[in-house]
Amino acid sequence: MKEEIIIAGFGGQGVLSMGKILAYSGLMQGKEVTWMPAYGPEQRGGTANVTVILSDEKISSPILNSYDTAIILNQQSLDKFEKSVKPGGTLIYDPYGITTEPTRTDINIHKINAMDACIEMNAAKSFNMILLGGFLKIRPIVELENVLKGLKKTLPERHHHLIPMNEAALKKGMEIIK
Amino acid sequence: MALEDIIKPENLVYKKPDIMNDNPMHYCPGCSHGVVHKLVAEVIEEMGLVEDTIGVTPVGCAVFAYNYIDIDWEEAAHGRAPALATAIKRLRPNKLVFTYQGDGDLAAIGTAETIHACNRGESIAIIFINNGIYGMTGGQMAPTTIEGMKTATCPYGRDYKLNGYPLKITNQLKDLDGIRYVTRQSVQTAAAVRKAKKAIRKAFENCMDGKGGASVVEVVSTCSSGWKLSPEKANKWMEENMFPEYPLGDLIDKDANK
Amino acid sequence: MSEEVKLMKGNEAIAHAAIRCGCDGYFGYPITPQSEVMETLMEVEPWKTTGMVVLQAESEVSSINMVYGGAATGKKVMTSSSSPGVSLMQEGISYLAGAELPALIVNVMRGGPGLGTIQPSQSDYFQTTKGGGHGDYRLIALAPASVQEMADFVGLAFDLAFKYRNPAIILADGVIGQMMEKVVLPDFKPRRTDEEVEKQCPWAATGRKMSRKNNIITSLELKPEVMEQNNLRFQAKYKQIEENEVRYEEILCDDAEYLLVAFGCSARICQKACEIARAEGIKLGLLRPITLWPFPTKAIAGYANKVKAMLSVELNAGQMVEDVRLAVNGKVPVEHYGRLGGIVFTPDEIVNAVKTKLM
Repeated sequence: MKEEIIIAGFGGQGVLSMGKILAYSGLMQGKEVTWMPAYGPEQRGGTANVTVILSDEKISSPILNSYDTAIILNQQSLDKFEKSVKPGGTLIYDPYGITTEPTRTDINIHKINAMDACIEMNAAKSFNMILLGGFLKIRPIVELENVLKGLKKTLPERHHHLIPMNEAALKKGMEIIK
Repeated sequence: MALEDIIKPENLVYKKPDIMNDNPMHYCPGCSHGVVHKLVAEVIEEMGLVEDTIGVTPVGCAVFAYNYIDIDWEEAAHGRAPALATAIKRLRPNKLVFTYQGDGDLAAIGTAETIHACNRGESIAIIFINNGIYGMTGGQMAPTTIEGMKTATCPYGRDYKLNGYPLKITNQLKDLDGIRYVTRQSVQTAAAVRKAKKAIRKAFENCMDGKGGASVVEVVSTCSSGWKLSPEKANKWMEENMFPEYPLGDLIDKDANK
Repeated sequence: MSEEVKLMKGNEAIAHAAIRCGCDGYFGYPITPQSEVMETLMEVEPWKTTGMVVLQAESEVSSINMVYGGAATGKKVMTSSSSPGVSLMQEGISYLAGAELPALIVNVMRGGPGLGTIQPSQSDYFQTTKGGGHGDYRLIALAPASVQEMADFVGLAFDLAFKYRNPAIILADGVIGQMMEKVVLPDFKPRRTDEEVEKQCPWAATGRKMSRKNNIITSLELKPEVMEQNNLRFQAKYKQIEENEVRYEEILCDDAEYLLVAFGCSARICQKACEIARAEGIKLGLLRPITLWPFPTKAIAGYANKVKAMLSVELNAGQMVEDVRLAVNGKVPVEHYGRLGGIVFTPDEIVNAVKTKLM
């Protein structure tokens, strides 16, 4: 098994931390993992993206030309990465703020209204967990139990009380992805 | 009385410190370095710290201080002595760590290292020889060169408009929170030498009592070669021209009223 | 080895490995993309556990001179920075080499010249391997290609530095510094006691024992005849390092018709390029220098008799390619492929370069 993922959106949407939780989940599942951010001032307001690879085998390049899955959170990222999804791969996007829908027909496209859902749940900070839940529904590469373990690893102890809310968000994402 | 009858331990009234070796000094006649070297060596010996001292030499005339005083030394890059001393003291907190620097080294190229080491309150002593000139490179203008003073790079005399003002760096250092003791001394008379020695002793003691804070002993000094004056005239010129610009005395002593 | 597998950035691995290998002091100044090294150290507060000193200096000039000061006392000291900061340190590095002091410098490279960019680059290869500072000196240069190697090379670099009384450098890049991977940290090794330091480093300035001559740490020697002898001694040491310490990795080289030579993050990307090329039937291999100095000249010379052509793949305008060409000595064509100023190539680009430049 090997899954090459790009997560891209605005800085502040939780792109990097979502990638981090996914990477930790992979670690908990005994996978090889890499997490490579496009670092720098981009993190603070501009577009942000992170490449996460989970694999049974040792990972060679942390930097890729094409991806099994792209998780897209804004129009700029959609324009940039839609073409980089491998044929037969997966594109997941939140339609919030998207003006031009994806057009490819050789990939599986899934829509997830994560922004609406997190507002509805009154849990704005769980936005990226809803997305992650949606992703895992489509690509069940790590078990929910290991995601929760991964969450525990990335959250400082004082925030561990937020884990149930994040679990609810993950499950919400699994429900609402189309 | 034969000479052998005189040279006996019980007749000894003065000797150089044991850690001052017999290497002939490269300093010019009349230079203040030799006297200050001796004072440093005496204080180290009197404090019983020969085995517990690490000195840092500068770039400048005193670069070879390590050839004359038999303690462990490290030779710094130009201006960086306080950075070296910072690390040495932090890694060897029980040692006496001091730097010995000239005006170009301390107040020009090493200004940042000097100010920040003092501001961090490093438990180090800085011996600062201020003779208003670059001696080793042949008498160029120093940051401390006074107005009108002629050097190889201000041959018509230092002009504020062209060269800026002499940097009285100890005046600035005294205001730093990390500073414990700043004093300005000289060594042109026996009385001055005694006072300078006391100041060096105080600075070294400050380094060893665990209370922290940096100590700076500025010694207003002569450079007869660079100033192109005889040693005697150099002393006189210093008293008449340098002292008004760099008045002697303690600039700050935070232990004074305790 | 401790059992626990952790996930962390390369920069964080450097910090944790330093504490665990008994480092006595870290002196640094913030610069992207390596600031996590000092940030991690300040968060862990090793002075409360191992007694390691961590200090934020006022400049890179000062931090390398703090390293120079600390190294003179026989302590295990290090700094880290990124390209512009490492340029500022060159004077101090030359002094360390000239005074024959062991120390570790970490350079997490970014694109230059000048202030350049903060994105990954490998354009400090010349600076690292050909001098950088003034004088005839060499740095033992290790190039990690994974977060695990970031952790492992800290201890290795210190061992080599003390073995040869010579500064060592870990030449990493923004990719290896910023990416997170699995890592098993080295076991805790206690810091040496002052007595152990004095035994291991009888040359150090530790306070003169009356039983010995005073120790003077200096790079200065005004007599050219003596300075020449000093230099010859350095050169003899460098030769010994060249004979004993070359490290490299061969990947898919056995049947290779074409050979990539790449270090650091470029080697990781090249590995993927090899996979892609082989799927297309191109027998592509990769030789990864782990030590950039000493350079794996003999190993590369050996491949000059086996492969049709080589491609030196670097995030620069062609630096290591000069050493590859020297090793190959004209036997087969050696080309260069690079991206500049912080742009990182993708595996496909490298496969295309193989096709257009070598075939």
